[in-house]
Amino acid sequence: MKLELRDITKKFGGFTANQSVNLTVEPHQIHCLLGENGAGKSTLMNVLYGLYEPTSGSIEIDGEPVSFSGPGDAMAAGIGMVHQHFMLVPVFTVAENVALGHEATKGVGLDLNSTRRKIREISERYGFQVDPDAIVEDLPVGVQQRVEIIKALVRDAEVLILDEPTAVLTPKETDELLNIMRQLRENGTSIVFISHKLREVKAVSDVITVIRRGKVEGQVGPETSTDELAALMVGRDVSLTVDKEPAHAIGSALEVTDLTVVGENGVVLVDNVSFTVAPGEILAVAGVQGNGQTELTEALVGLADHVSGSITLEGQELAGRGVREVLSSGVGFVPEDRSTEGLVGPFTVSENLILDRYQDREFTAGPSLKLGAMRENAQQAVASYDIRTGSVDAPVATLSGGNQQKVVLARELSRPLKLFVASQPTRGVDVGSIEFIHKRIVAERDKGVPVIIVSTELDEVYALADRIAVFFHGRLMGIVPPDTPRETLGRLMAGETAEEVLPPAPWDDSQDHHQHEGTHTA
Amino acid sequence: MSATTTSPESNQVSAPSPVELTPDDYRRSLLGSTLQSVLAVLVALFLGGLLIAATDETVRESAGYFFARPGDTFTAMWDAASSAYIAMFHGAVYNPDGSGLAGKLYPLTETLTVATPLILAGLGVALAFRTGLFNIGAQGQILIGATLAGYVGFAWQLPVGVHLLVVVVAGALGGAIWGGVVGLIKARTGAHEVILTIMLNYIAINLVSWLLTLSTFQREGSSNPISPPIAETAMFPKLLGDGFRLHWGFVVAVVATVAVAWLLNRSTIGFELRAVGANPRAARTAGISVTKGFVVVMLIAGMLAGLAGTAQIAGTEHSLTVGVAASFGFDAITVALLGRSKPWGTFFAGILYGAFRAGGVTMQTSTGTNIDIVLVVQSLIVLFVALPPLLKLKSRRKEVAA
Repeated sequence: MKLELRDITKKFGGFTANQSVNLTVEPHQIHCLLGENGAGKSTLMNVLYGLYEPTSGSIEIDGEPVSFSGPGDAMAAGIGMVHQHFMLVPVFTVAENVALGHEATKGVGLDLNSTRRKIREISERYGFQVDPDAIVEDLPVGVQQRVEIIKALVRDAEVLILDEPTAVLTPKETDELLNIMRQLRENGTSIVFISHKLREVKAVSDVITVIRRGKVEGQVGPETSTDELAALMVGRDVSLTVDKEPAHAIGSALEVTDLTVVGENGVVLVDNVSFTVAPGEILAVAGVQGNGQTELTEALVGLADHVSGSITLEGQELAGRGVREVLSSGVGFVPEDRSTEGLVGPFTVSENLILDRYQDREFTAGPSLKLGAMRENAQQAVASYDIRTGSVDAPVATLSGGNQQKVVLARELSRPLKLFVASQPTRGVDVGSIEFIHKRIVAERDKGVPVIIVSTELDEVYALADRIAVFFHGRLMGIVPPDTPRETLGRLMAGETAEEVLPPAPWDDSQDHHQHEGTHTA
Repeated sequence: MSATTTSPESNQVSAPSPVELTPDDYRRSLLGSTLQSVLAVLVALFLGGLLIAATDETVRESAGYFFARPGDTFTAMWDAASSAYIAMFHGAVYNPDGSGLAGKLYPLTETLTVATPLILAGLGVALAFRTGLFNIGAQGQILIGATLAGYVGFAWQLPVGVHLLVVVVAGALGGAIWGGVVGLIKARTGAHEVILTIMLNYIAINLVSWLLTLSTFQREGSSNPISPPIAETAMFPKLLGDGFRLHWGFVVAVVATVAVAWLLNRSTIGFELRAVGANPRAARTAGISVTKGFVVVMLIAGMLAGLAGTAQIAGTEHSLTVGVAASFGFDAITVALLGRSKPWGTFFAGILYGAFRAGGVTMQTSTGTNIDIVLVVQSLIVLFVALPPLLKLKSRRKEVAA
């Protein structure tokens, strides 16, 4: 099956997500869509999958124009999609999930046996090792993803769209997935592989289409160098550098010793971690999503439940204390997800700006709130953080992502801090705001505050870090200097220890080049 | 940045899409919510009118020769519905046949009397709503409040003034205990408050039935399940003299409305409760104790319902029976819904429902329309209040899917 997208344009109001995109997926091909977050890759695929209607342009299958009014049409035409967030019912078995929406029936009962048989067939052919009767929520993420792939294959998908499939996977699972993709290609399934990770893209693709700001920047082969791909993807004009002096860090303000966090189900999320952060230093925590970084920040501010070990800030023990106590002892915290953890959507900007400070003397008189002081505080924050809002009384949910993040940041940085912890500080934030937020974080460091930044974006890590701590499976693999090459960091993130990876003698050649790349961030 | 719970890419792309609300949208939806409540009432009244017409004798007779003279049917329908509603108005607000101004306005005071427990209990339900809890337990909280208030009223002898004060405190305490238990169990075990409150309603009603079989609670020389009347000193004084049933409990309801409005919008406790209701995770991350919020709000909600029970005992009933709470606890839920969980919204919704109750009786006696029609109208109102958000959700889904 040959799939063609012709001149696809998709607009949301005044915003153009895709502009005149042309794309041809040949049979037996792994076609990669490479682009940064927000470049418009997912929008394009949602158009292809029938979730969005294109503003203009057409889709052709084997030369015939088609139009999809929903995913059902796309599936019927032989297009399958594995979303970034799995569309599985956690409490159902694998077979039930696969059958869902296409249930075979026997009288009034379900006939799951044919589905089970098909799952075993596919599973054997590709070495998936998926038990049709396993409950989905008990399966590791990598296996759940295979269930999604099986779902598409059972419905006879000839073109499989994988939207950022490696984002949630460990490096080992990623390699397994790449192998599966190659096997699928051998068996005649074409694959559209959406990613922004250059290594994977180069490893598996036949053709790479680079998308930037909704437009096709170019189409290249996998032999193209990483440098060229990065240049195409990022564009020379977007080169954000954070100007920062070297840190003047002496001693240690925060000392974390033998910190262990255990999850509800007894899984060890943070495994015996020890490190220190000096005043006026940024420690950036790098790692693949879900390797314990989130839990580390939660433990630091008192949000985690089963914590052992010690966290001392300027000699004061923080472990075992409640969130309020930790925050009021001078810790600023920017949580990973602003909309679910950082802000109360229906609350006004001014209310959100005091969400964890409403008990300060500044804002209370006995049992009542000082509305005047709240308003004044809000107007000040809006001015100094350049928060774009119609009014401080507007619900914060009406602001754009970048401005919401500035509200969180303004709140957390508005009081004298002894420690600043920020998790994914620029996730889903527009380029202009990223620069602003980075500057504020560096400014906080320059005031002599110890700073911990958790980021899964290596660019952000390189932009901010004075030292880089790498997490893997809840363990601290090592703390390395900020000029450590990407490749070395990658190996740490994949579970090698610092002793194995450093000193980086064999990589001396590439080090200069990587250092150079490290100072630029996209 | 790629692995996320909320995809950053889709965030950025969808930011300008029509799903996002602008401040203007919010203003409109706020204005719209009052308008929606009013519209819901009007549409419900219209449909209720059709129902009244359909059950009317004259209408049915004239419908027999509808094709000969259709005008007759419509006139009869109009007559039936309008006369029923006019009778209701006469019974609830202003009675032109009453003697003197006092007599003419008597129905309005009746409405306010009936509205008193509805407002108080409704405030309790609304406050819990705002904290994200579905408090079905106002009925039980009213009953226990009434029981404690009643006991203190008939069993204790205290000086004038002090006695009433103690009765009010006892009623509030009773409700607070019954509500607080729910908050405490939910905070401790995570049990769902809907189940807890429903079960506590059953326990309350059976507890009161049993208490009324004990000699302590039973009226002397009577084997009926009714308590002795409370002492004169324990009663709410009449607000407008002995000619009217309206009592100082209504003033308590007004004060409670002001207090709840202040609590929600101006106090630190209200700030916490609203944060817990709107986004418990963000509240927790900001150091607000969600579980403490549950306990606090259920204590206050129960206290308000307990005051409703006190209004019944010390204001109108004067002795404890199993039926002392009537169905006020359940009507309170609809009152809070119609009032959009806002203190003053609840206040006026309570008065409207009070008017329905007071006027419904007059309607039945003077036009023969069944009083159940009032229940139908009340239910329709709730239906229409609940409907618009559902419709909005549906159209939004379509937008996203499109």
